[in-house]
Amino acid sequence: MTYTKRNDGRRFDELRPMEAKVGVIKRADGSAMFKIGSTIAYASVYGPRALHPTFMRNPEHGLLRCNYNMMAFSGSGDRVRPGPSRRSKEISQVTKNALEPVLDLTNYPNMVVDIFVELLQTDAGTRCAGICAAAMALADAGFSMKDMVSAVSVGLVGDKVVVDLDKEEEDYEDGSVDIPVAMTHRHKKITLLQLDGIIPEKQLQEALKKAEEACESIHKVQRKAMLEGYKHGL
Amino acid sequence: MGLLVKERDVAIPGDELAEGMDNLPAQGSYRDGDKIIANQLGVVTIQGRLIRIVPLRGRYEAKAGDLVIGKVVNIGFSSWSIDISTAYDAQISLKEGTSDYVERGSDLTQYYDFGDLVVAKITNVSTGKLVDLTMKGPGLRKLVGGRTLIVASSKVPRIIGKQGSMITMIKDYTGCRISVGQNGIVWLSGSDNKSEALAIEAIELIQKEAHTEGLTERIKELLEKNKK
Repeated sequence: MTYTKRNDGRRFDELRPMEAKVGVIKRADGSAMFKIGSTIAYASVYGPRALHPTFMRNPEHGLLRCNYNMMAFSGSGDRVRPGPSRRSKEISQVTKNALEPVLDLTNYPNMVVDIFVELLQTDAGTRCAGICAAAMALADAGFSMKDMVSAVSVGLVGDKVVVDLDKEEEDYEDGSVDIPVAMTHRHKKITLLQLDGIIPEKQLQEALKKAEEACESIHKVQRKAMLEGYKHGL
Repeated sequence: MGLLVKERDVAIPGDELAEGMDNLPAQGSYRDGDKIIANQLGVVTIQGRLIRIVPLRGRYEAKAGDLVIGKVVNIGFSSWSIDISTAYDAQISLKEGTSDYVERGSDLTQYYDFGDLVVAKITNVSTGKLVDLTMKGPGLRKLVGGRTLIVASSKVPRIIGKQGSMITMIKDYTGCRISVGQNGIVWLSGSDNKSEALAIEAIELIQKEAHTEGLTERIKELLEKNKK
């Protein structure tokens, strides 16, 4: 059986409706919300602040620390057990890796910048939504960044290359491949690419090309939200 | 060629600000090939050939020459550690703290005790971000009584106003004594609660509307109305 029509009626290269906002958490140094479809991510940034344990301190540059967390009843399935898991640790790590290349922390020796990404509601593509929110929150906190980062998941559902998979597509019965991709805005340099599953080379290239276009439209949403936030002199 | 943005535009990291070699990147921007790119979120300011981004948010970063308000958090053999609400603690050495002759091993709390608030000046910030403070200079002193207010450090210039016009106005109308630290800590002390409350209201209004024009007029109006 081939996948001819997407379950929510989108085109194969169409993103779910997006919404973004900065400055959503008052007590944080920077914060942002990013919503794509029914996946909602909140990111808050704290720092630079003193790093403990002290052996982790680096006198040459500051450290970026990410924490990804899916809230207990955020998914459609079972309750997520609170606390760190193998999965959340992995995603925290890749989020950090996706943001580090654009962030300049040389001005903050021995310090740490903490990012907390909370997923209130999930419908696949959580790490991508988290990265989008985290990039906005970092900029909101006034950190020096070479560029913005946008992220989207692309992949294969059945035999079709699709953009921004939702949970139903991820669990497609004839198999699917999910590839989260994060890219910088200006040079479209890839800062995150994860792939498990099998995808022919040609289709992978096609998927990455579509990811590039999708990241462009995500960037527009991020940019608009940030300008909006600053119009009110936040 | 030339500028791609206007004065007072908001730029986000990665935005192209100018093309060609006619302009120079200053704080908040960098050059990538023949383009100048923003690397901070903030307002574009153009000064001649320089393009600068003035951030609207973010923590205070210590700079030599700044007047700050801090709290004594630790006392060493010959120095005081001051929390100036940056990530890094600042130090006042004995020599910069007092001009008295201090006997070796004497009790330093007689000058500044734990929890005391001080107005101090930053003399030096090292590469490793060690901040040195001094208490020697006009207006540098220990603060007694009063209350403190925390504001965004990016709004401090607006609270002070051009040549201190705004803060002088608030002082004149309310009769409060006010000290504003560049690190976003405001100390004030008035003769009664009412005048202190009015000063706080004015400062909070400035903070909320720092980006708007004609602010001085509105603050004046507020102070005038509540004077009696």
